[in-house]
Amino acid sequence: MNFAFSEEQEELRRTVRQFLEAKSPETEVRRLMETTEGYDPAVWKQMGQELGLQSLAIPEEYGGQGFTFIELGIVLEEMGRLLLCAPYYASVVLAANAILNVGTDDQKRDLLPGIASGDTIATLAFTEPSGKWDATGIAMEATEGEGGRFSLSGEKMFVLDGFTADLIVVVARLAGTSGTDGISFFTVRGDADGLTRTSLSTMDMTRKQAKLEFSNVEALPLGSTEDGFAAFSKTLDQAAVALANEMMGGAQFVLDMSVQYAKDRVQFGRPIGSFQAIKHKCADMLLEVESGKSAAYYASWAAAEDNEEVPVVAALSKAYCSEAYFHAAAENIQIHGGIGFTWEHPAHLYFKRAKSSEIFLGDPTYHRELLAQRIGI
Amino acid sequence: MDFRDSPSEAAFRAEVRAWLGDHLTGDFAALGSGGGPADETGWDVRLEWERLLGRDRWVGVSWPLEYGGRGAGVAQQIVFNEEYARANAPARISFFGEGLFAPTLIQFGTDEQKQRFLPKIQAVEELWCQGFSEPNAGSDLANVQTRAALDGDEWVITGQKVWTTLAHRADWCFVVCRTDPESTSHHGLSYLLCPMHQDGVEVRPLRQLTGSSEFNEVFFDSARTAKENVLGPVGEGWKVAMATLGFERGTAFLSQQLAFEHELAHLIDVAKKNGARDDVAVRDELAGSYARLQVMRYNGLRMLTNLVQRGSLGPEASVGKLFWTTWHRDFGETAMKVLGTDALQILDDRNGAYDLDELHQTFMASRAETIYAGSSEIQRNIIGERVLGLPREPR
Repeated sequence: MNFAFSEEQEELRRTVRQFLEAKSPETEVRRLMETTEGYDPAVWKQMGQELGLQSLAIPEEYGGQGFTFIELGIVLEEMGRLLLCAPYYASVVLAANAILNVGTDDQKRDLLPGIASGDTIATLAFTEPSGKWDATGIAMEATEGEGGRFSLSGEKMFVLDGFTADLIVVVARLAGTSGTDGISFFTVRGDADGLTRTSLSTMDMTRKQAKLEFSNVEALPLGSTEDGFAAFSKTLDQAAVALANEMMGGAQFVLDMSVQYAKDRVQFGRPIGSFQAIKHKCADMLLEVESGKSAAYYASWAAAEDNEEVPVVAALSKAYCSEAYFHAAAENIQIHGGIGFTWEHPAHLYFKRAKSSEIFLGDPTYHRELLAQRIGI
Repeated sequence: MDFRDSPSEAAFRAEVRAWLGDHLTGDFAALGSGGGPADETGWDVRLEWERLLGRDRWVGVSWPLEYGGRGAGVAQQIVFNEEYARANAPARISFFGEGLFAPTLIQFGTDEQKQRFLPKIQAVEELWCQGFSEPNAGSDLANVQTRAALDGDEWVITGQKVWTTLAHRADWCFVVCRTDPESTSHHGLSYLLCPMHQDGVEVRPLRQLTGSSEFNEVFFDSARTAKENVLGPVGEGWKVAMATLGFERGTAFLSQQLAFEHELAHLIDVAKKNGARDDVAVRDELAGSYARLQVMRYNGLRMLTNLVQRGSLGPEASVGKLFWTTWHRDFGETAMKVLGTDALQILDDRNGAYDLDELHQTFMASRAETIYAGSSEIQRNIIGERVLGLPREPR
């Protein structure tokens, strides 16, 4: 029984932090968030070639390094801390795991090495204009054509980095199915005929989203087209665990920001952090941030083990960490007072990322309902 | 990071499970895990059970072998607590002796003191109570005014303690006294060990909002204890008392989460039977309660890893205390929501006894938990000042 990161894992954290502090300072975040692409291709390339971050948790036989979800969680936590603008979560978490969960061995050999090297930017398109995060929201139908090819028509929303992705993993359903039946995965190239991509004006400018309109787009089935529901659920659980870790990096950062400001800012002749009104806010933030980290790390371990706890742990960590992050990000603005309300101050970047992450994959109420079902309430 | 048992942990788990399987039968098993360390439910059966535990060295598992313990490390203690909770064994009654006093004694006591007191705690022949709070020393604990002075070979203690849990059951009290009459604040205090059964000690019960009277006032009027019954150096009682509070906020409650699992399972059961689980708001609260309870467990495991690596729990113990007391308080409110109008009635008040069922008991008793062992506000001060390094309030 041991809840500590190994020395190698701590070293990974230090390396990633050092890299991101150099490559993703606030000025870069602000520059990139104003662009349509939303990332710096040179930094993305360095991440892949020099640090091997994209390949980290992909199995060795598919061009990766074969580390676990625990290492992936560490990297995401560091990225969340500095709001790295990059398609990492979309490509390495959403798309790569979907492919791993559902793809055939040949498909994995074909698709994963590109994601691992960073040469391919991939994403997962599942949510639709209904805004549902589970299988009931998948209305897009796949129609089978000749030679095992399928045709997709419909609309996908909130597709992370969907505007720039080279490879889009699409979750659709076989024509005539409903509910959890007939859920299937397909791959589509980003420049496919019949695909119209529109970049969305997102509340959180640091993570790009797109609307994808499919009009008879030719698609290749990924894995079996018969029963993708289990793989879809698993992918969503892994995505929730990963996002929980990413969120805690941001949450810790805003807590640190608040504490520093509370020590520096003097009013009534004393640092405001000496007033219990502020001190107790910070104490509550610490409790929630530390607790969120405990949940996120435990969830990473369960995901690394791929054990039976994952569905429960994923739902509860997404619910808990979302609230912890948003609460910390909101309190950070309050503790900073007027300066925290300005565009120039970074507080709003975290505030918006926190709310956006809270909603993405389903809000805490949704995840608690999922949890209620999974524990048999 | 690995949460599976090591081979030695697995072997220890099997041993605990086998012992509980053999001994937790009849009246002991029938009692269930209801009640708590500050609760007298099923007292006589629990006392008998506790002595059985002590006989086979399950009281004091963490103590060194030379004092009759098993020298169990942190992981083994968790395993023991997990198995104990899983078996739904009776709530422990040696909390103040085994949980608070014994670890303090092991840290600060002389060999003679350990030989004198530990075996009696293990045999459950001597129960302890905690003499810290006073009418004017609550959150401001350093304002202790109970005085003690040496008279020949004995300390003579005069003053008043309050909120003394189970003082009427206790044989001994660890009592923080001002031994330097010129001193103020946390200077000049000593940690004395005083027998309860003597003319100079009077225990008066305090009836709590739960209707029962586990808390007491304790009046010391020239109470006497031997000169050697001081733990740690004379005048340095504050440091010793802080260690006890550290255990109270930290390790003593690490197993709390496990008992809460039973309470939540019971509440979910009630919600299924009375249909409350179909209410969206209730479902959300129950699932939220479950989520936070699991987080409490992960926090506990993480804290224990730090404990193993650093050897002691620091001020972050306050995070654990704040978390569990808030959780339990909120749980009590969720319980009332689940009960709905059934919450308007308690188990049985026809004979005027004001008897509480388990859920009302939790709803009410949890209001003490956010106050004792340092109120939630004090815990937030500790977290703010000692974990986050925020400046102290000018005093």
